[in-house]
Amino acid sequence: MRLITHNMLSSNIKGVVNGFPLRIEAEKVVEKTVEMNGEFLKKMFEKIDWKAFVDASRAMGYTELPEEADSSMLDSDEFLNRFHHALLELHLEEGVLVCPETGRRFPVSKGIPNMLLHEDEV
Amino acid sequence: MGLISKVVVPPENFYDDVEARKYTSFSHIVQIQRALELLALPDDHVPKLLLDISCGSRFSGKTLSENGHHWIEIGISASMLNVAMEREVEVDLLLGDMGLGIRPRVIDGAISISAVQWLCNADNSSHNPRLRLKAFFTSLYKCLSNGARAVFQVYPENIDQCELILNASMHVGFVGSIVRRKEFLVLTCGQHSINVSISKGKNEDGDSYSDKDNEDEENQTFFK
Repeated sequence: MRLITHNMLSSNIKGVVNGFPLRIEAEKVVEKTVEMNGEFLKKMFEKIDWKAFVDASRAMGYTELPEEADSSMLDSDEFLNRFHHALLELHLEEGVLVCPETGRRFPVSKGIPNMLLHEDEV
Repeated sequence: MGLISKVVVPPENFYDDVEARKYTSFSHIVQIQRALELLALPDDHVPKLLLDISCGSRFSGKTLSENGHHWIEIGISASMLNVAMEREVEVDLLLGDMGLGIRPRVIDGAISISAVQWLCNADNSSHNPRLRLKAFFTSLYKCLSNGARAVFQVYPENIDQCELILNASMHVGFVGSIVRRKEFLVLTCGQHSINVSISKGKNEDGDSYSDKDNEDEENQTFFK
């Protein structure tokens, strides 16, 4: 699972008001190279919740993102490279995603989060 | 795909390890390509963030990836965990319920091949098809950006099931159009005008899988 996906996910357990962002407990992180597309990154920048993204990157062991970001930084190749790497090239292979309100733990196995809810959680 | 449409069991029971592999088929790839055409994404060569709602195997990942976009694939069959296909770097797979759990307005388009009719199952008294469809379409509508489309390839068992799906989608705000002969449902989010050309899709001359009576294709557009 890449952070582009993590940044879109929230816990939808019954009764949870704000299930975003899920906290990451990483056991195994893999890096896979993918071609950068600057236009895509600029569009994604508008959608990304930046604080959740920085926290998640750190949980994955990547600490090169600035605490805050604004759109003028998209003109910098260095920033784009870091944004691209954290968003699209880091993969959580094994670990847990934790609901911020209930503490419910969703396992991630072989890169696949299991967000299936129990009957009483729907 | 006829065999699958005849089975009336929850996906968790039907899609065991063996069936999940069988579902990896060439015709599935064709359906995905058709759904992508009906999605009518802008031809600006910028990748989009797209959603695939799936009951099938990981083989979708390769077809999705080859289109150059970034995908979140939500599967509702736990057996997908055991399908040992090579994963594509542009496709993230997760297991989830039809409540989806995706933030508002972040998805540029969605497709679903042979998955939505599972929501019409009522295999025990605790399951209510209308409530499940409502939960699904509500969360789908919420996560799509303005003007985005969702394309479903469905195998309705009967007219009632088809109407159930359509009514549920329109109730939450979608504008719907169904290409009946191809069993594709095209939904548009947050727009009030209907683009009739959606119903016709693209010209399929030369497509060896198209019906011979393609020109007599029956289209219907439903209004709120």
